[in-house]
Amino acid sequence: MSGPDLLTVGRYAKRQPVYPKAIDGTFRRLKWAIMAVTLAIYWVTPWLRWDRGPYAPDQAVLIDLAHRRFYMFAIEIWPQEFYYVAGLLIMAGIGLFLVTSAVGRAWCGYACPQTVWTDLYQHVERFIDGDRNAQMRLNKAPWGMAKLAKRMVKWSIWLAIAFATGGAWIFYFADAPTLSHDFWTGQAAYVAYATVAVLTATTFVLGGFMREQVCIYMCPWPRIQSAMLDEKSLVVTYRHWRGEPRGSLKAAATTPTGFGDCIDCNQCVAVCPTGVDIRQGPQIGCITCGLCIDACDRVMAKTGKPRGLIDYLTEDDATAEKAGGQPKSVLRSLLHVRTVVYFTLWCAIGAAMLFALGARDRIGIDVQQDRNPLYVQLSDGAVRNAFTVKLRNMQSRPRRMEVALSGLPGAKMWSEDLTRAAGSTSVSFTVPADSVLRARLFVASTAPAAHRQDFSFTVRALDKEGGTAHESVHFEGPQP
Amino acid sequence: MAEPGNDSTKPHIDEVTGTPTKGHEWDGIVELDTPLPRWWLWTFYACIAFAIGYVIAYPAIPMLNSASKGLLGWSSRGDLTAEMGREQARMAPVVQAIASADIEKLAGQPKLMRAAIEGGRAAFRVNCVQCHGSGAAGAKGYPNLNDDDWLWGGDLKTIEKTLTDGIRNPDHDATRMSLMPAFGKDQLLAAPAVDDVVAYVRTISRQQPADAASRRGATVFADNCAVCHGAQGKGNRDLGAPNLTDGIWLYGGDTDAIHQTVWNSRRGVMPRWGDKLSPATIRMLAVYVHSLGGGEASPALAPVIAATKEEANVRP
Ligand code: SF4
Ligand code: SF4
Repeated sequence: MSGPDLLTVGRYAKRQPVYPKAIDGTFRRLKWAIMAVTLAIYWVTPWLRWDRGPYAPDQAVLIDLAHRRFYMFAIEIWPQEFYYVAGLLIMAGIGLFLVTSAVGRAWCGYACPQTVWTDLYQHVERFIDGDRNAQMRLNKAPWGMAKLAKRMVKWSIWLAIAFATGGAWIFYFADAPTLSHDFWTGQAAYVAYATVAVLTATTFVLGGFMREQVCIYMCPWPRIQSAMLDEKSLVVTYRHWRGEPRGSLKAAATTPTGFGDCIDCNQCVAVCPTGVDIRQGPQIGCITCGLCIDACDRVMAKTGKPRGLIDYLTEDDATAEKAGGQPKSVLRSLLHVRTVVYFTLWCAIGAAMLFALGARDRIGIDVQQDRNPLYVQLSDGAVRNAFTVKLRNMQSRPRRMEVALSGLPGAKMWSEDLTRAAGSTSVSFTVPADSVLRARLFVASTAPAAHRQDFSFTVRALDKEGGTAHESVHFEGPQP
Repeated sequence: MAEPGNDSTKPHIDEVTGTPTKGHEWDGIVELDTPLPRWWLWTFYACIAFAIGYVIAYPAIPMLNSASKGLLGWSSRGDLTAEMGREQARMAPVVQAIASADIEKLAGQPKLMRAAIEGGRAAFRVNCVQCHGSGAAGAKGYPNLNDDDWLWGGDLKTIEKTLTDGIRNPDHDATRMSLMPAFGKDQLLAAPAVDDVVAYVRTISRQQPADAASRRGATVFADNCAVCHGAQGKGNRDLGAPNLTDGIWLYGGDTDAIHQTVWNSRRGVMPRWGDKLSPATIRMLAVYVHSLGGGEASPALAPVIAATKEEANVRP
């Protein structure tokens, strides 16, 4: 019996270092492009400005935790509108389902921050230490000045990237230019420094040292994705029916008919960022980055064989091909029931949210009745109730609003800074920009018809834009 | 199915993965015993080390009477005390400002005013709710502070004075003092005369129509009661004599209750808080009570409104 036996396999496995070789090709270029775009989005977004007038921040994307507002370009979301964020999360979820059912673990291979930063770190590593073989040699070499120097340089660059990464994060939560100034002059909040420190450390460790271990052991996503893939999802596949039996060029030269296309050059393993041998079949370690396809295509070009010994292929196609049929075109394999259903769902939620955003009210009223005491008997026989009214002005400018009583004939209302003598059936307020004004209103009725009577408060904006909202409440009086 | 000669119910090396199995088998499905990554093990050890350090540094081990103290000497009580101290220090300037402000002009400083109302609300919950109720709605014998009827006056200064010096504290010179005679018990009026004056009071408060008794009572009232309650029965705030013509009755407005009041008198007492609470707290209490809805207008109210509106336009 060959291979490991029970005694040599321990209870704990040491990480097998991976030294991915540099490669160029279609998918590598795609990865470059996506890396550039995603990193640019991450670093540039907080610095984009968006004019919202004098009463609101001018940062295009801002999660203002202190004031409980979320700004995204023209959209401003209040905590009570959090369902938009929930909707966005649902869309992100369905979007991932869609991507997974169509192109497999494309998220893992191209867009996941763990992948992007690991990729970046590996480029730095190759730049300092050289390519795969040089890295292996350096790793085995005893510690000396040269090795130490190289390590120091590499780790410093990694650390710089990690710091830039952690540093950029905080700008999403406060005005970026101000925070940046405060940060460098030591005036920023303690939590800003702590956040940067933590994120710098995690980036450094996860990107520099943990790498594929994150995907294999720590991330739940591969497990979920394995459950979401089906025989219609594109996965990176080794056409073993074409490649096997594998053999070196030399061996193939002696027995031309005895071997498949795979020349066993191990290039696909050498370039793999997670150290996987895809020729063993689909496996959890494979993030479907397509780099092995690039590597193998180059080899095939050199040996004069058609490309695609390793390729994105659905399981259905693989079965068809093995049986001598033709794989479906890429477009056909992208279009199947699940992707169409996910896509429709995704669009429907998006459209519903856009519609709701367009139609939402930017004015609101909430009324809370004083419960203790429920009513107050006044000396002239009238009965008074008190209400706490919250007027919501969700526009970024102060607005004049009028609160009016309806359904309570003969009643008068006044705010707490006025007196009963000045009471009428409506009171006006200037509600500051983008905030809630809380006011206490007293309502007195000389002769309440019943001990409990329904009526309502209506708030109306007094400017050109207008808008109303109302809330029904009770007027309480003594039990007859 | 397990291959013959390869007993899948014993731990063995799985051929496909090269990983040991647990030796469990269900219908041909065997459980892999995938080795844990070594760094995971080290993380686990690091957590244990941290936990040990934590137990040494912080209170953790249960002893007979309390937990071990921990080297850092931390305690949740200590945290609370520190936090309260910080809060008091933070509030000190505001409290100071409230204490040194002119109470009538406090209304012109909406920020202070609001702080005072909130401070008063808190102090009320500790000191006043026992008699006046948590909503300040009072009870029989304990005035409702929400309404617009005041025995001694409902402007800020008067409320503050009432709070400071109390009502009917005989051992205190500055207290508010007024004693209604016990007309029946002390035989100042004969029983029928008491009945008549009760009828009269019921009439002027529009609770019952005038009749022979009430007409007789009018004379009794003029001779005995009008001194304090006024010829019209509208009361006198200088003496704390209630208005008998309005709809608010501290002890009840029915015949029995009024009869008892005239017969035995009522002499409600309110403690003087000047002895127990700081002037700033009393001031905040006065402002809070004033804000409940019955506070009487004082000339300083106009600027409040203007200032509130102005302030409302500034985003914090
Ligand atoms: S496995 Fe997880 S961490 Fe790794 S690339 Fe995929 S999503 Fe990212
Ligand atoms: S096996 Fe190929 S596709 Fe999978 S992670 Fe490795 S290089 Fe990427």
